Amino acid sequence: MADPEIKSYEPHHESQSAAVTESRPVKAVLMAIAFAFLAVFLLLPLIVVFHEALAKGIGAYTEALSSPDTRSAIRLTLLVAAISVPLNVVFGISAAWAIAKFEFKGKAFLTTLIDLPFSVSPVISGLVYVLLFGAQGLLGAWLKAHGIVILFAVPGIVLATIFVTFPFVARELIPLMQEQGNGDEEAALSLGAGGWQAFWYVTLPNVKWGLLYGVLLCNARAMGEFGAVSVVSGHIRGLTNTMPLHVEILYNEYNAVGAFAVASLLAGLALVTLVLKTLLEMRYGAEIAATRGH
Amino acid sequence: MTTAPVKAGWRFKQPSVIPGFGLTLGFSLAYLTLIILIPLSGLVWRSAALGWADFWAIAVDRRTLNALKISFGTALLAAVVNVVFGTIVAWVLVRYRFPGRRIADAMVDLPFALPTAVAGIALTTLYAPNGWIGQLLMPLGLKVAYTPIGIVVALVFIGLPFVVRTVQPIMEEIDKEVEEAAATLGASRFQIITRVLFPGLAPAIITGFSLAFARGVGEYGSVIFIAGNLPFKSEIAPLLIVIRLEEYNYEAATAIAAIMLALSFVMLLVVNLVQTWSRKRYG
Repeated sequence: MADPEIKSYEPHHESQSAAVTESRPVKAVLMAIAFAFLAVFLLLPLIVVFHEALAKGIGAYTEALSSPDTRSAIRLTLLVAAISVPLNVVFGISAAWAIAKFEFKGKAFLTTLIDLPFSVSPVISGLVYVLLFGAQGLLGAWLKAHGIVILFAVPGIVLATIFVTFPFVARELIPLMQEQGNGDEEAALSLGAGGWQAFWYVTLPNVKWGLLYGVLLCNARAMGEFGAVSVVSGHIRGLTNTMPLHVEILYNEYNAVGAFAVASLLAGLALVTLVLKTLLEMRYGAEIAATRGH
Repeated sequence: MTTAPVKAGWRFKQPSVIPGFGLTLGFSLAYLTLIILIPLSGLVWRSAALGWADFWAIAVDRRTLNALKISFGTALLAAVVNVVFGTIVAWVLVRYRFPGRRIADAMVDLPFALPTAVAGIALTTLYAPNGWIGQLLMPLGLKVAYTPIGIVVALVFIGLPFVVRTVQPIMEEIDKEVEEAAATLGASRFQIITRVLFPGLAPAIITGFSLAFARGVGEYGSVIFIAGNLPFKSEIAPLLIVIRLEEYNYEAATAIAAIMLALSFVMLLVVNLVQTWSRKRYG
């Protein structure tokens, strides 16, 4: 439809006519509203975290971070993320391979099921494991008889974390691999590559930036999850307290510096996540294009 | 080229030269079943085992009803606020060019990346009567922290990126020629926005609204710090589930969870219907 001749004139019309943009005052008002909104709702909370953490000086800050309970919370959070993120990566790759590379019945339904944890309240995500593994739970008696502890221990926290971060990697990879099609893999196979070779040398390099993007988001949520973990953790200090749970305990004890010191580490993680995410989008925007917009 | 005879009739999977279908689908289904489906069906099974009378008694308990009302009411209000301001933010990010636009754009994702507990204590500190924003609102007689308004503030924070990130890509796709055509036909800027641009954006706005709403209904971490958590006044449904669990009242916790899931499901269904309707009408 559009005539390329006419399109080429566009750069000359630097100043847009009033008909296709707002008048200057309206523009100024809209920008002022947007900035004020972003400043109040996003920037100020971020600033207040670091402000409160350093309210009593750098000494109090480092002291708060070096307490044994805080250290064990940091260790537990890293451990939980180190178990749950790789598991969800393996699942994400496997689900994306099945869904993007093949046509089969019930595919749309399967894709919907993968997204299910996003529409479940985090508290309910924790509750389902309590109902399953708790003392009154379906498997409670059997677990107790065999001396297996899942609830109010690390396995329960890992399970709840896996539940809430379940869709992240898969939903980044599925649209990306669908967009890329099967051509590259078919070429590799016809040249004599095996299935695993085609995956390692063709598919994985093709999706690596999209995969990293998914891992980044998955990790941020895994380390920051509160509701689901809170229900299954039992809040045992030094044992089953993750960083977000430790923030809550310190805050409820009116230890503001301690709470915000731990919170500042999590906020730092969020900032690093955002920076890396933006860099990935800027650099490899085309290669992870299918993933824009959540 | 292909010599294989075309088989008529039902087949589970289209033929393909790519290997690994059985392995990847099998593993994915097993993992999905173990992690998601079995635990969730446990919830359904437990609430079904309650029996209708017990279930109903918990559902119409005054405290349960109030918690559900607060959860759904504040989530609705926050989603409306986010639709208005989120659309303005998206518009400014897409249409205007200004220094720091990339940073502002990246900042929008902060609520996705910032742990909810951190957001909760930060917002509470800001809006507490002696906080940076709270002390400005105090003389106006507006108390935010430890009231239902605080819940709305937390849910606005949580829901913002859902609206911006669903509306933004659609705005980027809008063809300027449509606006130009409307302008040459004599439409004012206001008419162009309401009659030409808005109908195209409506489905995305509804999607963003429903995502923000659904997330707000279930939100726990950011809300419990700022809400004050007074029963009947500022107690949200997810918190009531936690309270019932701590009382070892598994039945009530299960029933409230089942009601929340069912209501969210109905809500998403209605939104889907509205969306199909708006696509048909404006699409």
